[in-house]
Amino acid sequence: MVLFYYVVFPGFLAVFVAGGIASWVERKLTARIQARVGPPFLQPFYDIKKLFIKEITIPEHSTRSIFMFSPVVAFAAVTVVSTIVGLNLINRAYGFNGDLIVCVYLLLIPSVCVVLGASASGNPLASLGASREIKLVLSYELAFWTSLAIPVLKTHQLKLASIMGFQAQNGAIASSLSGIIAFIVAIICMQAKLARVPFDIPEAETEISGGAYIEYSGPLLGFFKITQYMMLVILPLFLLEIFWGPVNSPVGILKYLLLLFIIIVLENTNPRLKIDQAVKFFWFGLFPLGVIGIILAMLGM
Amino acid sequence: MRTIIPVGPYHPLQEEPEFFELEVEGERVTKLNINIGYNHRGIEKLSEGMHFDQVTFLVERICGICSTSHPFAYVQAVEDLAGIEIPLRAKYIRCIIGELERIHSHLLWFGLAGHFIGYNTLWMWAWKYREIVLDLCEQISGNRNHYAMLRIGGTRRDILNKEIDELKEKTATLIPALNMFKGAVVDDPVVAARTKGVGVLTKQQAIDYCVLGPTARASGIDIDSRRDSPHNSAYNLVEWNVPVLEEGDVFAKVVVRILEMLESVKIITQSLDGLRDLKEGEIWNEVWEIPPGEGIGTYEAPRGEVFHYVRSDGGNTPFRHKIRAPSYLNVLSNEVAVVGGDVADACITLAAVDPCYCCTDRMQAVEDGKVKYNWKQLLQLSQEKTKKIKNQI
Repeated sequence: MVLFYYVVFPGFLAVFVAGGIASWVERKLTARIQARVGPPFLQPFYDIKKLFIKEITIPEHSTRSIFMFSPVVAFAAVTVVSTIVGLNLINRAYGFNGDLIVCVYLLLIPSVCVVLGASASGNPLASLGASREIKLVLSYELAFWTSLAIPVLKTHQLKLASIMGFQAQNGAIASSLSGIIAFIVAIICMQAKLARVPFDIPEAETEISGGAYIEYSGPLLGFFKITQYMMLVILPLFLLEIFWGPVNSPVGILKYLLLLFIIIVLENTNPRLKIDQAVKFFWFGLFPLGVIGIILAMLGM
Repeated sequence: MRTIIPVGPYHPLQEEPEFFELEVEGERVTKLNINIGYNHRGIEKLSEGMHFDQVTFLVERICGICSTSHPFAYVQAVEDLAGIEIPLRAKYIRCIIGELERIHSHLLWFGLAGHFIGYNTLWMWAWKYREIVLDLCEQISGNRNHYAMLRIGGTRRDILNKEIDELKEKTATLIPALNMFKGAVVDDPVVAARTKGVGVLTKQQAIDYCVLGPTARASGIDIDSRRDSPHNSAYNLVEWNVPVLEEGDVFAKVVVRILEMLESVKIITQSLDGLRDLKEGEIWNEVWEIPPGEGIGTYEAPRGEVFHYVRSDGGNTPFRHKIRAPSYLNVLSNEVAVVGGDVADACITLAAVDPCYCCTDRMQAVEDGKVKYNWKQLLQLSQEKTKKIKNQI
């Protein structure tokens, strides 16, 4: 039964399919905004299929084991998060104390794996991408944790299920002033976590040609792609559970689609920032905003 | 520690063969080495084996984007050589096609610049409006690119007087689009953060590196060969301005190009009006013979001044044909513009001169500071190679 949870529902398979569909929505909507036609519905799955029937190429000067394991570890971490988040949606009894912190740490692992894999590949562009990814992680994590502190302060709980239970009784966290501030901060951090424009600095196709992913191809790149698809579902759901519950209803799907729409619009109406501008934005823009949110939350607003 | 970040020879930044070695410390660029020369095609030599009329079509193939600028400068050179004056109608038609090309080239660059800073929506929208221009070109010449409109002594195709209103109407639809792009660039804080004060080329540096075209005009140098030498074209018959900005950064280069497109629309509209009173069909003067002598022709291509030199010995082919394209000078100015910025700045700065490598490449084999092969030796090498291949067959 546990294996079923991890592999089929709500773990890997369900989230992967949902992520593929979300990715198609993103690509199609982006295409329509840009006056293009866009891909067919199954395109994300064709992409994955194509990657997995290719051979694995490992660069000559790379550190073989790290290069090969990082995509798989990233994928495994996201599978575990999706199982935790998904099970909490189905039945709150599955939660355990402190799963909020576990989730946030697991959501960090894909970024760490990108850094490890890129550094192991021995490519100068990849190492530049890795250094940018580290800086980006350092900048947005601070703001992200600040925003997460607000629901914890409001509910005095570190358990996802209890936070959702609190919201079911007292209304969403985002309905209060400090809650809405935290939600906005978290949404912008989510954009960076998903590595979408304006924060796709580590990939920056036209500058460092894919950056961290430059040496990856075939199934290894496929694992990173699957990770990205799954993150596109899990991260918004995770934020919804914390800030804008309850989610386990048809309205929840609408809420998710709204978040997805925000991601797509932000992506298509902005140029890419430079890494120093991004760090300044998160440390001196969003972090103080988060701190104001915490103060407001302590005052009970 | 010194690291080299390669941009090229195959790089998504510019889909043409070029190689920039960025020497970086962390993300900061300390030095730039420019390597070009992956794309030598021997156009000047080919030209010496073709009739004067055929060369017009050969130089059109130098570059797909400046496909009118090169023939424009070439026919100017031959007309200068032979002392030919062309009919007024042909002058207007030359201006119209030249300016349409400028708009489509600038829109292409503008879209790509958006892509380079990760703003793909801008890219797609710019290219969407570029389609209007390409349709106009197709209506006039039958082709979206490579218009083959020019010939020595005039133009090859006429614009029908009954089509003028429709052409003007279509051209006018560009103005709101261009103003929209102007707003999208000038008002967007993130675009400003990425381009203002980035890749600055001061006026003195611009003079030192002999940069041309929008790159020079964004650095405060007021040059434009359309205005400065309007021989055999209608640029002195219509009212227009040369936009010049002082800042010299990427932002100024974007704004200069947008303003230039608006000026181009003005030129096209007035030229089309000028056609109305002229008789259809009077578009070229017959040219029977090219006398011995030499002539130069210049034209302001979208990227800057194109220079053609033609020398005739009285035969039916050019004796010597020398071409200088603007990117050859503009690209080298990156040496100073890029240094001091970081890698993200460097990429948009490299692209901001609108480099075009197919016009740019020259070949000279140098060893220890000396020229390795002279012309005769090169010819001998080539003949030996041909013999070798023939023997193998």
